[in-house]
Formats: sequence, structure tokens, C-alpha cells
Amino acid sequence: MNRLELTGLTTRPAQVWGGIRLVPLVRERPVEGLRLHEELYTDHGYGVVDVGPRTHYASVIPHGFVADWSGEGEQSVAYGTQLGAAPGSSAGSRPAPRTARLQRHRHHRMAKRRPGDRLRFLPLHLALEGYLSLHFGGPAVAWEEWSRQTLRDGLSPRAEDAYMGWSVRGLGAALRVFEIHPDQCGVMVYAADALAAAFVVPHPDDYRLLHPSLVEDLYGELIHQYALYGAPVPEFAARIPDGPHLGTLAGLRAAARAQEREWAEAHDTLFAGELLDSSYAFDRVYRMGPFTLWRFLPPFLPGGAGQHIGETITDHKGQVAYLKTFRLSEAQIRRGHLLHRLTDADWRLSRAAEALGTTEEEVVRRIRAAGFESLLKARS
Amino acid sequence: MTTSTGTDAGLVAAEDVLLFVNAAITATGQREFRSSAYQQQLSLDFLHEYVRVNYRRVYAASLALDINDHNAARIVRGLLENAADASAEEKRTEGRLIAARLAKLPPQRVYRLFRELRAAKVNNRRTRAIMRDWLAARPDPAHDAVKYRSGLKTAARHAHLGLDGAVEPGGSGELGDFLFRPRHRPGYRNQLLDAWRRAHYAQGAVEELPFTVAEGFAARRGVKREAFLERMAPRMTRLERLRTLTQRTGAGAAPLPADVDLTVMPLTRLALFVLSLGFEARSAHREELTRALRTAARRAAGPHAGSWGRVAAVLDDSYSSSGSGEKRRRPLAVALACHFLLEALAAPGAYTPLWTSDHTDPLLVRPWGPTPLGFRVLDALEHGPDRLVIVSDGWDNAPPGLAGEVLRVWRTRLDPDRHTAVVHVNPVYDADTFDVRRLSPSVPTTGVRDAEDLPALVELAGFAEGRTGAAALYTYLDRQVARFVGDGGAGTAS
Repeated sequence: MNRLELTGLTTRPAQVWGGIRLVPLVRERPVEGLRLHEELYTDHGYGVVDVGPRTHYASVIPHGFVADWSGEGEQSVAYGTQLGAAPGSSAGSRPAPRTARLQRHRHHRMAKRRPGDRLRFLPLHLALEGYLSLHFGGPAVAWEEWSRQTLRDGLSPRAEDAYMGWSVRGLGAALRVFEIHPDQCGVMVYAADALAAAFVVPHPDDYRLLHPSLVEDLYGELIHQYALYGAPVPEFAARIPDGPHLGTLAGLRAAARAQEREWAEAHDTLFAGELLDSSYAFDRVYRMGPFTLWRFLPPFLPGGAGQHIGETITDHKGQVAYLKTFRLSEAQIRRGHLLHRLTDADWRLSRAAEALGTTEEEVVRRIRAAGFESLLKARS
Repeated sequence: MTTSTGTDAGLVAAEDVLLFVNAAITATGQREFRSSAYQQQLSLDFLHEYVRVNYRRVYAASLALDINDHNAARIVRGLLENAADASAEEKRTEGRLIAARLAKLPPQRVYRLFRELRAAKVNNRRTRAIMRDWLAARPDPAHDAVKYRSGLKTAARHAHLGLDGAVEPGGSGELGDFLFRPRHRPGYRNQLLDAWRRAHYAQGAVEELPFTVAEGFAARRGVKREAFLERMAPRMTRLERLRTLTQRTGAGAAPLPADVDLTVMPLTRLALFVLSLGFEARSAHREELTRALRTAARRAAGPHAGSWGRVAAVLDDSYSSSGSGEKRRRPLAVALACHFLLEALAAPGAYTPLWTSDHTDPLLVRPWGPTPLGFRVLDALEHGPDRLVIVSDGWDNAPPGLAGEVLRVWRTRLDPDRHTAVVHVNPVYDADTFDVRRLSPSVPTTGVRDAEDLPALVELAGFAEGRTGAAALYTYLDRQVARFVGDGGAGTAS
């Protein structure tokens, strides 16, 4: 498995608000046997996750998702729901229960089994942690260029910046005025026509509940800047060309249908091409019955199209039931690329320089420019 | 009206006039689904100033059209604040229009207008005369003094009103004392004024007051809300009864109000009330609600009933028709009201409603899903109607712009002889374009506030099509003004 298969999802016409374009993805039939719920964390968004022995991941974590593959999704309620009496009954006259405050806690692991057939995972953070922990151990051989701290602790601490959705200009308003399609199970978010995120869930009801959560997600620096400085994007309004076939209403209807089809094709190849056509390195996180939770990393090719990290749940046929992606900025791609090349060269600068087709000094300069200065020994 | 006909300037002027009329019908300066209250107000401010400076006579004449109360009050204020720009004859016409319009406005709006005039320091002889005449025509000054106490006080102070013979029939000076020296008298001969005095210490007197005034006293005394509403029900206005319905009967049960005759309510108001009920209540009272809506629609249709031939309607119940927190479900209510009105206007059995969501039960309609307007218009045209009415906010998004293309092709290729009359009525003012949003240049678009005005609006939309000249538009306006002023003169007591 090295590609994302969005079979079963149909693209519908985009809705534009300012510089943000939202493309709805519709499922004919919801994915059987998997539901997704949201659970909110109330500790002001600040969260710490224990990801391994003496390794922590700290970030703003406003919510987590709970995947439920018990198959009783229709009847069950989201974790944290409070049940009250019916308004007519004797107990119903009491005031409604206050919203429950979940305890402040450290999260244990990015993905954690819950009682019953449930798995709690932290959306996007799962993928981001995969990116941050890339070659986290540092050099395997103690070449003299690397500092003592690097040899002892690896790349730790490793940090990246991202922006919350509501600081991306126009995203909140675009999500608010967006008209959700009846069978909609996903959306692709574009800022100034750069793919910012793809989000797919198994069931339309889940989507309806999780649609506002997009504004609490993380977006890269590139998206933030595009949204801030980009001009409003044009709508791809339908154009029915004049022709002899337009003599009847049926001909007109056929022309209108063709418009819709054309847009769907154009979107899948032109707009979402960079997401769907790349090959990814998939890393299995958890297996839950017929479904599998993965996180994936792009090939880190610098200077090309946008590259996305993300996580996905696929069924036994490899079809995507859940997907969430994060677009890396150019600098983040370069960092990934550099780390890959260094590891391939066993962290030996001369071999890395050879692989990159450049000199050793240039590699050192690139390492410093990428923000990995602390890896190298300070030189006089 | 001005005599420019056929020239470009005349056409531009006619366009500006229609633009302003559309805005004055729809915009209320409140939040809409896609724009904030501030954007709406900013846009409306500009439009009012632009039209007032460039087309002052049209600005005044629009008071005679079915514009909403918010804009009517704004126009009156604009005319009075900038009186120096008008000639003596214009002032006379304006004065008659203002008087007729104020007589139709709800009193709280007029009192607010007076307060704004005071804040803007507009105090000339004409303004004072207008205030005096309006106050003299109020049916019960004592009621106003209790219910709109500060409003009447401001108006009296601003217009230098004596509050003796002119306003108060008895001439005893009670009203003046009540407003300005409330502790001066031991009691009032007028029952209502005296009840207000006693309500400060006697709970029994609270119930004799108008509901909104009594609410304040009851809150101060800590009277239980349910018991208070129960006792006050006979003294409430119709809208107050509807507003407090769930509080009076308990949220779960939601029966129809026994003390309100729904059939006499205005159509759009009734549609708003129906939409405020839950699905269960709506299906439980399906017969009553449908009958009330049909009756109101027949009354609104009046002489036009059954005269429109085969009618197809495309009605927008997409998510954006939920309006905003300030205008809750207004676009949807207009669509629902239009549905019943068009049913009454069409020849019997020749009406086809098409909701954008494909639902077929108008009573259980809800704002949901995208707006595939283009395909619905195609469906409607397949029925071969004489008239196609589109009720939508004009944000066609699945796919965008298809409705405009379909209508263009229909006009140019399939129906060049215009057998089918197409009109688009739009309940939402688009702040960015200073107009209601259009679907296509080939289809006339007009704003709508209350579905009851639909026949008049369709006539107005004819001018937007560009086939009738600017002169015809001005003739139309003159006719409306004459009718309105005539009506207003005859029926000031209403």
C-alpha cells in the first residue's frame, strides 16, 4: 500500500468564500461498521502526550477522535454524552445537567484503546508526531562532526510551527456559510487554491458533527500566508456553450450534467492531484477489526508540488474510511529531505554531500539553515 | 417626475432607482447569513445617502412603495435632516408622504425616529408639525404615555408640545404631570395612568397595565413568570401571545394557541410562526396550520386569485435560508409563504412547487443542504409553466452559476418569444453589490420582504427587465405616490 484510494467518494461543486475554496466529497453509501466521534479536552487546548519512555509530545490539542468499530454506531452515543430525562417526565423539570468537564490529564499514547471496540486517537498530532520523530534517534555512528548532545539525545528537542484554523483568515467564515450536502462525508480545503487539508469520515452524520472541528485543526505556515495575502479566488461558474444540441430541454439538461462531471474530473486531476498521485510511506499505527489506522509521510521531494503528511483509516480493501492531512511548508519538506539524505549516508557528511551532488561545506550550511545547528559541533 | 426618457442617463437613473427600492425592501441593517450587521449597515448608509443626494424625489417617493419599516424610518429621517436641499413644492409632497407613512409605521418605530431626530438636533417648524400631527392622531395618549413613556416624553419635549388640549382630550393637564411631574398629584382620573401609579406599591394594579410595562413591574416584585403570563394573557397583543406561547404551555407540549386566531394573521408572519414550531408540533397540527396558511394566502391574493395560469415555483430551502440569529429563518419563511400564495394565485391545480432539497412536504420544510438551483429550474421548465417564480437568495452553488446559464439558454434558444414569464424574488440584501443578488441579467430580480407583496413586486420586476423605459417607471412611481397619499389622508385614524 503506497497510495491513497478515494474510491466511493464523489466530488461535488466547490463553494467559495473569499480566498477559501471548499470542495465537498460525497459518499453514495456510508462505510459500514465504523463511526467517528469527537471528544473535547478542556485544559485550554494545551496537551501533553506520552509517546514513549521519557519522550513527550506537547502541542495545542483541542480535541481527539474516537473511532468505534463495534458496529452499533447508530445506537451508541459519543463518549462524554450526558443522558437526561425527557422534558415531560417528573425528573425532566429539573434544570438540564451542566456540561461535563473532562479531567485535565496527560494523554497516554497517540492512539489508545478504549473499553469496547473503541480507539481514541489525536487527529493530525498522530501525523505530526510521525513527521517530528523522523530519524529522531540521530546519528548511528559517532562521526566527529556531530555534537555530543546529538550523539546522546538524538534530534531532541524537535519542534515545528503550525497555525490554528481560526487564525487562518477567512477559514472560519467559509466553514460557517458552507452548505453541507446531504450525503457529504468529506471536504477538501483550499487556500488561494493550494490544497490545505483533506478530511474524510466514514458516515455523513459524523461529518455534520465534525465539520466545525476543521477550524480547530492545525494548518501550515504556507496556508496561513496564502490565506492572509491571497486575493479572493474565482468561482468556477458553469458555462454552457452554445451548440446545436441545445434545441430541447433534455439537451440542456445533458449539457448541465456534463458541466458537473467536468468539474469533478478537473478537480480530481488538477486540484487534488498532488495528494492522490504521490506515493507515501505508510506506517501502521493500530489494527481494529477490519480497519487499520495508518499514518503516512510523503517522499520529501524538494522543489516540487505540495506534499502532505496525514493519517488514514482504511478498510480491508484499502479504501479510505477516514483521512486527515496536513500540508507541509517548503522548509519542512527540505528538512525531511535533508534528514533522509543524511540517514541514507549513515550520517557521514562527505557521503551525504556526494548524494546531494554538492560539497561538504554546502551540506553544513544547509544543516545550519534548516535549523539543525545544534546537531553540529561548534567550530571556531 | 423628471422627463429624461430613453437616454442613457435615464436608464442609469432607472437602474439606480430599482437598486434602491430592492435594498429598501430587503435590508434591515441586521445580520444576514453571509454578512454581518456592520457590513449591512455600512452598505445601506451609503445607498441612502447616494439616492437622497442624487434622486431626492425618488427617495421620497419610495415611501409609497412596500419598503420595510426600518428603511421607511431612515428615509423620513434623511428627508427631515436635509430639508435645505428641497424646494418648497418638494417639501409639500414630502410632508404628505411622511405623514401617510408615519401613520402606517408601528408606534415604537416612530418614537425611536423622534428620539433620533432629537439626537441629530433636527428641530424645525416642519419637523415639529409632523410630530404634533402624528401625536394628535394617536388613538389613546394615556396608553402611549404608559407604554412608550420615555418616547412620548422625548417627543413632547422636542416638539415643544403643551400636552394640554391638542393631545389630551380632557385638557386637565394630567398627561403633562404624569410624564414630567409624576409625584405631583395624589391620583389620576384616567384609569391607566392611575394604574401605573398604583403599580409601584399594589400588585393588583400591575395586571391593568400593558404587557411590556407589567413585565417590568412583575420582575421587580419577583412574581413567578408562569403565573404572571397566565394572568396577563388577556391583555397581550397577538404577537406577544405567540411569543410567550412556549413559556405559557411548557416547551414539550407545544399546542396551538387557543387565544390567537391564526387565520387572520399576515401570511409571512404566520409562516414564521409555523417554522418556529418543531416537526412534531407541525405534523400534529397539520390541518389547522395548513388551513390557516391557505386562508391567509387567499386573503393576500385578493382579486388576483386564480389569475396567474400555470405557475411553477422554485423555492430555496438550502442551509442559507436559515438566515441569521437576528433574522431567524426569514428567507425560508418567505419561501413558504410564497408557496401558499402562489398556490392561491395559480389556476386551480396548475401549481408546481419545487424545493431545492427535493422535499415535497411544505409544512415540514427545514433549511438544509446545498442550493442546486440550476437543476430545479430545469425541472420547473419541464412542466411548461406560464409563469416561473424563483424564491432564493441567489447563491446558486451546486454547481455555481448553472441557474443563470439555464435561464440564459432558455431565453435565447428555447423560448425567445417569452411565453414563460420568469421572475426571481430575493429576500436577502447583498451588502457587497448594494443590491439583491441576481441569477442572470436576462431574468428580472426584485427584493421581497413579505410574500404578500408578491403581485406588486412582479409588476415592479417588469421594469428591471429593461423592456419598459425609464419614463414608465416614473409614471408608476407617481401613480403609487398618488394612491398612497390618497389612502393615507383618508385613513389616518387606522
